[in-house]
Amino acid sequence: MNTRQQSKLIYSWYGKPLSSDRKLRTFQYKGILITSESSKTETCIQLGDFILVEGVNADQPYVAQLVDLYEDGAQHKRAVVQWFCRLEEIPQNKRKLLKREISAQEVFFDQVLGYDTDIAAETIIKSIMVLPLHLGEELPIITLNKEQTFYVRQSWDGKCFKVLSPDTFSKLKEANKKRGVITNSSKAFISSDILTPVKKETENVVRSATKPKNADMEIESKHSTSKSSLAKERHSQRVANNDIKTPTARKKLELNSPTRSKGRLLGYEVLGLLDDGCDAIAPLEPSALKRKVKFTSEILGSPPKIPCSNDKSKSTSETAEHHQRSSDIMRLSPYTKVKDFSEKDKHLPEKDDILSLVGYQKPSRQSPVLTPRSRRTCAQKTSALIAQHISLLKSHGKLAAEEDFLSGSDSSYSSSSEEEEDDDVPCTPENKTKSSRIFSTPKSSRKSAVHTPAKTPKKTGTPRTPRTPRHATPEIPRRVQAAQEPASVLEEARLRLHVSAIPESLPCREEEFQDIYNFVESKLIDGTGGCMYISGVPGTGKTATVHEVIRCLQQAAENEELPPFQFVEINGMKLTDPHQAYVQILEFLTGQKVTATHAAVLLAKLFSTPGPKRKTTVLIVDELDLLWTRKQNVMYNLFDWPTQKHSKLIILAIANTMDLPERIMMNRVASRLGLTRMSFQPYTYKQLQQIVSSRLKGVKAFEEDAVQLVSRKVAALSGDARRCLDICRRATEICEFSLQKRDLEIVRMAHVTEAIDEMFSSPYVSAIRNASLHEQILLKAILAEFRRAGVEEATVQQIYHHYVALCRVEGLQSPTVSEIMAVCSRLSACRLLLVEASNKYLQMRVRLNLSQDDVMYALREE
Amino acid sequence: MSKRKLKESSAESAECISQVQKILRERFCHHCAAGELFGMEQQYRHLLELLKRTTVHGESNSALIIGPRGSGKTALLNHVLKDLREMKQVRENLLEVHLNGNCQFFIKNPFLSGLLQTNDKVALKEITRQLQLENVVGDKVFGSFAENLAFLLEALRKGDRTSSCPILFVLDEFDLFVHHKNQTLLYNLFDISQSAQTPVTVIGLTCRQDILELLEKRVKSRFSHRQIYLMNSFDFKEYIKIFKKQLSLPAEFPDESFAQKWNNNVQHLSEDKTVQDVLQNLFHHTKDLRSLHLLLMLAGSAVTVHHPLLTAADLQEAGRQHSTDSKANIVHGLSVLEICLIIAMKHLNEVYDGEPFNFQMVYNEFQKFIQRKAHSMYNFEKPVVMKAFEHLLQLELVQPLERPLARAQREYLLMKLLLDSSQIMNALQVYPNCPTDVKQWATSSLSWL
Repeated sequence: MNTRQQSKLIYSWYGKPLSSDRKLRTFQYKGILITSESSKTETCIQLGDFILVEGVNADQPYVAQLVDLYEDGAQHKRAVVQWFCRLEEIPQNKRKLLKREISAQEVFFDQVLGYDTDIAAETIIKSIMVLPLHLGEELPIITLNKEQTFYVRQSWDGKCFKVLSPDTFSKLKEANKKRGVITNSSKAFISSDILTPVKKETENVVRSATKPKNADMEIESKHSTSKSSLAKERHSQRVANNDIKTPTARKKLELNSPTRSKGRLLGYEVLGLLDDGCDAIAPLEPSALKRKVKFTSEILGSPPKIPCSNDKSKSTSETAEHHQRSSDIMRLSPYTKVKDFSEKDKHLPEKDDILSLVGYQKPSRQSPVLTPRSRRTCAQKTSALIAQHISLLKSHGKLAAEEDFLSGSDSSYSSSSEEEEDDDVPCTPENKTKSSRIFSTPKSSRKSAVHTPAKTPKKTGTPRTPRTPRHATPEIPRRVQAAQEPASVLEEARLRLHVSAIPESLPCREEEFQDIYNFVESKLIDGTGGCMYISGVPGTGKTATVHEVIRCLQQAAENEELPPFQFVEINGMKLTDPHQAYVQILEFLTGQKVTATHAAVLLAKLFSTPGPKRKTTVLIVDELDLLWTRKQNVMYNLFDWPTQKHSKLIILAIANTMDLPERIMMNRVASRLGLTRMSFQPYTYKQLQQIVSSRLKGVKAFEEDAVQLVSRKVAALSGDARRCLDICRRATEICEFSLQKRDLEIVRMAHVTEAIDEMFSSPYVSAIRNASLHEQILLKAILAEFRRAGVEEATVQQIYHHYVALCRVEGLQSPTVSEIMAVCSRLSACRLLLVEASNKYLQMRVRLNLSQDDVMYALREE
Repeated sequence: MSKRKLKESSAESAECISQVQKILRERFCHHCAAGELFGMEQQYRHLLELLKRTTVHGESNSALIIGPRGSGKTALLNHVLKDLREMKQVRENLLEVHLNGNCQFFIKNPFLSGLLQTNDKVALKEITRQLQLENVVGDKVFGSFAENLAFLLEALRKGDRTSSCPILFVLDEFDLFVHHKNQTLLYNLFDISQSAQTPVTVIGLTCRQDILELLEKRVKSRFSHRQIYLMNSFDFKEYIKIFKKQLSLPAEFPDESFAQKWNNNVQHLSEDKTVQDVLQNLFHHTKDLRSLHLLLMLAGSAVTVHHPLLTAADLQEAGRQHSTDSKANIVHGLSVLEICLIIAMKHLNEVYDGEPFNFQMVYNEFQKFIQRKAHSMYNFEKPVVMKAFEHLLQLELVQPLERPLARAQREYLLMKLLLDSSQIMNALQVYPNCPTDVKQWATSSLSWL
């Protein structure tokens, strides 16, 4: 994003459209030219190149490999990519699975399911290098372009790290090698014209070879390339036209499209599978499904602009399409080879393709005329070659400007694009099988067991990569000596009774728990957004219950019963300003630190656009009422986002008052909050008793009656569980205090009563009783003056006369005005009296802060 | 010869006196530092146990120490902290195993005073600074309020009961923190103390009895409701004991004979009737130990080389000073004209029953008096009288009811007298060289009849 700000970039297609879809007015291209206006430089990025893609976080652009480029019906430039993920994108708790140090330049081949691989081409920043390495291999020492060179050793599928499969490895390697070769040898700018004949040739071969399966292949391959909604539409129409599939199957494919490889993987048998799994999968992509059902015109899914005419390319579109199809089939081949069907048929074209391509483009090179298998076997050799190429590249780069280097290397990719696409294949079956496993299609899960080794639990919804400030880590020093563990029964009880102690279960909130759980779960499964408003007086377990729900959901997500999600929590009380909510949410989601207004813009963008690599977000807004502003824009935005189509945002808003939406929210805010509400009733004494005894399970520290007394007392006052626990805790202290060793350590009624008295007794009476004589006389004088005037307010001057008289009665020296003022100010400091500012002196008005009866009661006893 | 001896002894005693003065000054001026605790053993034990549990078990807690001004809240806390630190060292000496653990185990206690940390922003910076977190640069904290809060909360959230160093937050003048916007700081501190994060203990010191009513309901729910009340609940006998303790010299005083003499004198004083009266009077007014310190300070300053021991007269004089009326003192320094004006105002107050008056009314009243007793008083010009009136205004013996407007004529501004008639009469009694006519006029406005 910061590169963006420096200069305006213009994106234009490189070369003519390779293929097009007339129905959807989409055109596929081989490359994209990025022209920088300020520096007048052009960069060409072609299929198969490794690129940086703008992420939510400006500092950390995503790494990806370009798989496909096309222009959709609305003339938006789109790109399909294979993601690589950085270490930072992997949840903290999973990083330890790696068991080794990771350099900043290392990325992982991303096989995480559910990331959108269809992105806007404008988000591409520049091309880079990604070098595949073996696990044990040292990083090649690279001095030049360090920023732009990444390494990939392992793949990451959301649950565990795996060594790159030989296929992937060799393909990555191939991609790099090609690039290296071309730049080294000639820096030739290989135009697509040269390539087309090759492709046509191969296409023919493919067609002849795969004829019997052509119909299905067409669909599936088509499908495999389709990543965007538009592509999906295109695909579905094709399917409809050909009338090959049953409606269910079509829907099926439609749904699977984001995983990109389903069709490719499964061929015939997938149909059966999918029929089984159809219902299970349906909720996964409800948006796609809906779109499919609703629209039938060409402009589906994409921004509804009328596509402009593409006359000139129409003539070629037919062939281009054919070509596209064939290339898809080729892409299929390496994988299907692994599968048990159609091996021979597909293996052949794949070989041919590579051979011919290599022959055309790198006549000078001796090496890579390799079949996939041979490639795998000589991976080591090629890696060495690549290292050479890189070093050569470096020396070139020293002479040439960086742009030159980039464009040169980019041009080399025209040839390697198809192999790049091969790279994707090995990973995709895993994605596919994983998804089907999640939705419990038994057959495919069995299949996955064949292809993927055991997986550790997948990415959970924990906040991604807790942000560490640039130069300071928030940390409290560790204590040197370990904290003592409780020694006695009472200490143990006290530990368990502490509010912070997390009980195994939340007794008495099962119903509420279930309701909230069901709500979030259903939204998660649907992949939609929603709001829920939770109210209740303090200490009724709102936040605890919600956290418990989140914990359970995370557990479920880890066990793959639910799609993974991100969990963000903000607390109105922990914000300095309501608008800081944006900042915190954004920081949780992306790690960016920006100003509030900018954060609002970014978040709005994030939630309103179908972002790549984004999971559902569960947002807890605690102490909602503090997010109130005069314009209520914070609340409005928060509740507006979930209603957006792509938001995938679930909000659980917590506040104290039941009628908060009606009381402080404008209609438009309250309306967006919706009617999903839940209120937590204050605990009854039985529930409080249960809470205490469940915490004390196994520890005999309290008399049954004592617990009941506390519970009844608290339930009668507030129903606040915190209070109940605090009293019990205090009672254990009192018990311990009065303990004479010989006693049995058990909290009795007396202790509890003392604790209750301590916490709830009014301090005023004892304060008055312990006041000095003159203070008491002043209070009496005030009472007398009040009685005389009949008004509960008097000036010091009025009181003074009574005061002097009372002193005379008591036989005391009559006090001066200064003294009475001093007494007054002392009493007002304790807030027994309420007085005005003291510069009014005798005219200062005085009031009692407690009832006259209390004062009389306190004074009479003596 | 004898002269030299006398000189020697006086030099010696001069040293003693300066020593005594130093000791007393330290005792009375830095009252909380070394002062002993009186009548708060139970509170002491409670607080000590509480803090001990925090340090040893890492248990989070929150408590309020509530008591009137001068009741020893800070002294109590300081004592507990001192003993806690000492206790650790004692144990370190006893058990070698715990050596490292104990000597490096420390509590950090941000002392926050509500008078200094006027808002949460400043308070947060101060906390961060005192904790020496990593975003402290030198001795300063930079960054915005929001950043600092997020940073601190993150830091505290990362800790847990068993491994993090417990933190003690002492919030002095707790009631002032209550008025911070949204009570953000209190909410967060109490929330941490009620959740499984870094163990913290929040101790608030306040003199307001209604403090709990000031807490917002969410904050209140998170507060543990431990309240330690300090009430000054001793009686006069103990007060005398405290007096003796405060005044007597310690055993380690270098000149033993002088210390003996001094202490005997103190013992003697405490049995003296006049001294007891002075103390009783003070005790009746306030049980606040600070005013006792003030009284002793006043008396103690009379101690010189030539007057080496305190006498009952010193204490009496100090008691008198202590209880004089400040406004009446001002009246003593007024000119006769000004006194006359005040008397005129007093009469106006009596006539109109405390209703406000203006300068013109006072002037007319004064003129009436002048006309009657023209022989005894010089008839001042009106501007001169006006000047005298303004002087009274400056001394705040009279106060305007409303702010003086630029346009309004000064003569007609409504005023109120800030003196009681008894104060005026008392002041006149001791006013030097007061003309008899004026005195007569003061007793009755109708004296000319």
